[in-house]
Amino acid sequence: MQLDSFFVCSKPSSIYHCYHPLVSCFISIDMTSKIQLYSFFMSSPCYRVRIALNLKGLDYEYKAVHLLNREQTEPEYLKINPLGYVPAIVDGDMVLADSFAITLYLEEKYPQHPLLPSDLGKKAINYQVANIVASSIQSLIRLPILLYVEEKVGEDGKLQWVHKHVAKGFAALEILLKDHAGKYATGDEIYLADVFLAPQIIGLSERFNFEMSEYPLLSRLSETYKQVPAIQDALPQNQPDFEKIYLKFDGQLYFF
Amino acid sequence: MTSSGQLQLYSYHRSSCSFRVRIALNLKGFDYEYKPVNLLKGEQKSPEFLKVNPIGYVPALVDGDIVIADSFAIIMYLEEKYPQRPLLPRDLEKRAINYQAANIVSASIQPLQNLDILKYIEEKVGPDAKIPWVEKHIGKGFAALEKLLKNHAGKYATGDDVFLADLFLAPQIHGAIKRFNLDMTPYPLLARLHEAYMQLPAIQDALPENQPDYPKT
Repeated sequence: MQLDSFFVCSKPSSIYHCYHPLVSCFISIDMTSKIQLYSFFMSSPCYRVRIALNLKGLDYEYKAVHLLNREQTEPEYLKINPLGYVPAIVDGDMVLADSFAITLYLEEKYPQHPLLPSDLGKKAINYQVANIVASSIQSLIRLPILLYVEEKVGEDGKLQWVHKHVAKGFAALEILLKDHAGKYATGDEIYLADVFLAPQIIGLSERFNFEMSEYPLLSRLSETYKQVPAIQDALPQNQPDFEKIYLKFDGQLYFF
Repeated sequence: MTSSGQLQLYSYHRSSCSFRVRIALNLKGFDYEYKPVNLLKGEQKSPEFLKVNPIGYVPALVDGDIVIADSFAIIMYLEEKYPQRPLLPRDLEKRAINYQAANIVSASIQPLQNLDILKYIEEKVGPDAKIPWVEKHIGKGFAALEKLLKNHAGKYATGDDVFLADLFLAPQIHGAIKRFNLDMTPYPLLARLHEAYMQLPAIQDALPENQPDYPKT
């Protein structure tokens, strides 16, 4: 049975009693089958989905996939998700990958704590921020790309690459959000933009010694995000598969 | 809209992100004003365009007082404000597949083949590195899309109607073939979709070569 909307009235264990407006009565939904999240602690896209699940109060089962050990290419994982992409969620019969798609799916299926404002203009800003992060920044600085740049252009080249693309994206975000930000990126509520920004900003300065002083709005948001439990609980170091990993960038050892 | 009530689209003929929005506008039956921005000449950094869109991104849609940039944001805005000819199915799971397909294109493929990146690869890695780079990233994305859409495709990517996934796929496949001469043999589903897309007026009218700013030889 697919519900378009429901109001959670009480939650004893895993049975939700909801008033469904369409049938004008209370119905019981057994929520014992939890959402499963396939995730790697370090991955920024996984971090986004963890935040979204936490914000919506969705209890999920954490299934670790070690990306550095290439577990996403193993037959066991490919059986669940033939694309081999992480993050992925399993929600009943639904298997879905891609952090943006997962977040929008969660938003449509579980309307509690909306991740999008109702105002069309503000909504559009949220989509745009998410895409600047995912397509203009993260897609260019994920590990396989960095390893290629390091191999072909050298360590200095790699760091310049990171700084160039992050700086471009951050500069755009500072301008874009200037007239929209409140306590959070697009107002006083946490929305999709924050779900995508938090993982991008929080890890970056530590990982690449990135100078955040040129980005006052993003710096302020970063400090605000660190105070949000849904974001804190989703931090890489708070995941079951967290381990200290040392990676060398620019002659320096960074740990994750 | 302008005083005539028209939407304005700032677009570059060859930009696949602009192409996506042009298809959406055509499907929804809009007669919009085409405002060319020549990305090769750096016109996106011109003071005139920055006044419209301070971050200089193309495409950008102007609807009265509101300016929306980013192809996905524009398409979702159009979908919600102008519900004629829906661009997303009603079924939740089919919608999710549309979002996933669109994002494979917009996050895993397109950013890695844009002008700046290819220029960098050519200059810093070498002129021979460009094609292998493009083929690798398009290939990876196309292989994933073949798997994703296998159990969902009908006449189009996620069924028998054109939806969001098709808006992202059509420009990507067209570009892969036209710009990079990609061999589509490993991607039979995408090749079939390409043939179907090229028959659709809404997509034909949105092709780079049919835009006002397409260079006349």
